[in-house]
Amino acid sequence: MTNSPKVYKNATDAVGDILSGSTIMSGGFGLCGIPENSIEAIAKLKIRDLKVISNNIGNSGRGLVLWLQKNMISHAFCSYVGGNPDLEEQINKKLVEVELIPQGTFSERIRAAGLGIRAFYTPTGYGTLIAEGKEEKSFDRPCILEHALHADFAIIKAQKGDPYGNLWFKETARNFSPLMAMAAKTTIVEVEEMVELGEIEPENIHLPGLFVQRIYQGENYKNDIEFLKLEGEL
Amino acid sequence: MGWTNQEMARYVASLFPSYSSVNLGIGLPSLVAEEIPTEKSIMIHSENGVLGVMGRPTKEAVSATLINAGKETISIKKGASFFDSSLSFGMIRGGHIDYCVLGAMEVDSEGSLANWMIPGKKLTGMGGAMDLVNGAKSVIIMMSHFTKNGERKLLKETKLPLTGKSVVQEVITNLGHFRPINGKFQIIELAPGVTEADCLLPD
Repeated sequence: MTNSPKVYKNATDAVGDILSGSTIMSGGFGLCGIPENSIEAIAKLKIRDLKVISNNIGNSGRGLVLWLQKNMISHAFCSYVGGNPDLEEQINKKLVEVELIPQGTFSERIRAAGLGIRAFYTPTGYGTLIAEGKEEKSFDRPCILEHALHADFAIIKAQKGDPYGNLWFKETARNFSPLMAMAAKTTIVEVEEMVELGEIEPENIHLPGLFVQRIYQGENYKNDIEFLKLEGEL
Repeated sequence: MGWTNQEMARYVASLFPSYSSVNLGIGLPSLVAEEIPTEKSIMIHSENGVLGVMGRPTKEAVSATLINAGKETISIKKGASFFDSSLSFGMIRGGHIDYCVLGAMEVDSEGSLANWMIPGKKLTGMGGAMDLVNGAKSVIIMMSHFTKNGERKLLKETKLPLTGKSVVQEVITNLGHFRPINGKFQIIELAPGVTEADCLLPD
């Protein structure tokens, strides 16, 4: 696998064919586990009208906010935008159309897309604004129908990866990333440590490389902390 | 008169049996973590993908990739585990989390809850709240009894957009412990010095 066709030189190389109008999933919870290198490289492409699926669409002026500032995003699919004033501003100015999705429904719609489930019934959102226009059906309790959420590209980050694309995530940086990797036609992974095949034990692979189309060694990670709280602080 | 925030947190913590699993919302409910006795061996779940949250890390142990759903740095206890968001919400939706504690703007006597949106005000999104209230075995609301302007938050019928319909089991406020049952708020316990009249419960 030393000549694995999946291994790309760097971020610029890996994201170069993304076009305007693409649907892109981006991993990370707030700024935890975001694909920093791919976000920066895509920001340099002259593309627009992106449909972005990401829990927060960046936060505190960082992450995907870079795309917002360049007016590259036309649609945002997310669960929480508090703490992201740039997104709020673009929603208010009607530059970005937003679909707010309950976080569990959001992650399950992505997982469903990756695993061939077309739609599913869930009690989440029943009786709320989220249920408007959706099919309802009663099981043990009333539920609403939610559809799978697909993408052209997923950009994600893992702590370790090998040339086949087998991945290992650190602590809570895993969040939506393995689900997004399954749901996109082309999954682009950046890793902090590129390791040899076999170095991640089979039992410890969090995402099999089958779901990964491109992988590269990332660089200059900031790994920003949003709210540093130490022992003794509330 | 009534309970302090810390006393409310201690009261909520006293409702959890040993070895139960608990998800704590951001804001007021996060105070509950400090009041759970270690010997109860309770597992705290955070929906971003961790079961077994312990508290704040020491300066040396801080990790940018170890956070809770409020995006704050945390530490974990022995026996903790990490997982992806789908499994995390599967734990919630599947009914495997015993309690969730959330703040609220309004709760009504049918157990319906509004805590995510005020029309015309700043948009934040519901995050995981709608999943939590429909999935956790028991939904506990922890909030101030009245708004800052002195308006009622325990109502006959909620006015704000709902987070969940008939989902709340217990309501703990600075005035006491209430339970929405058969279209009424039943008083389970009043805080010291509080009378039923003080609570202005809906008919």
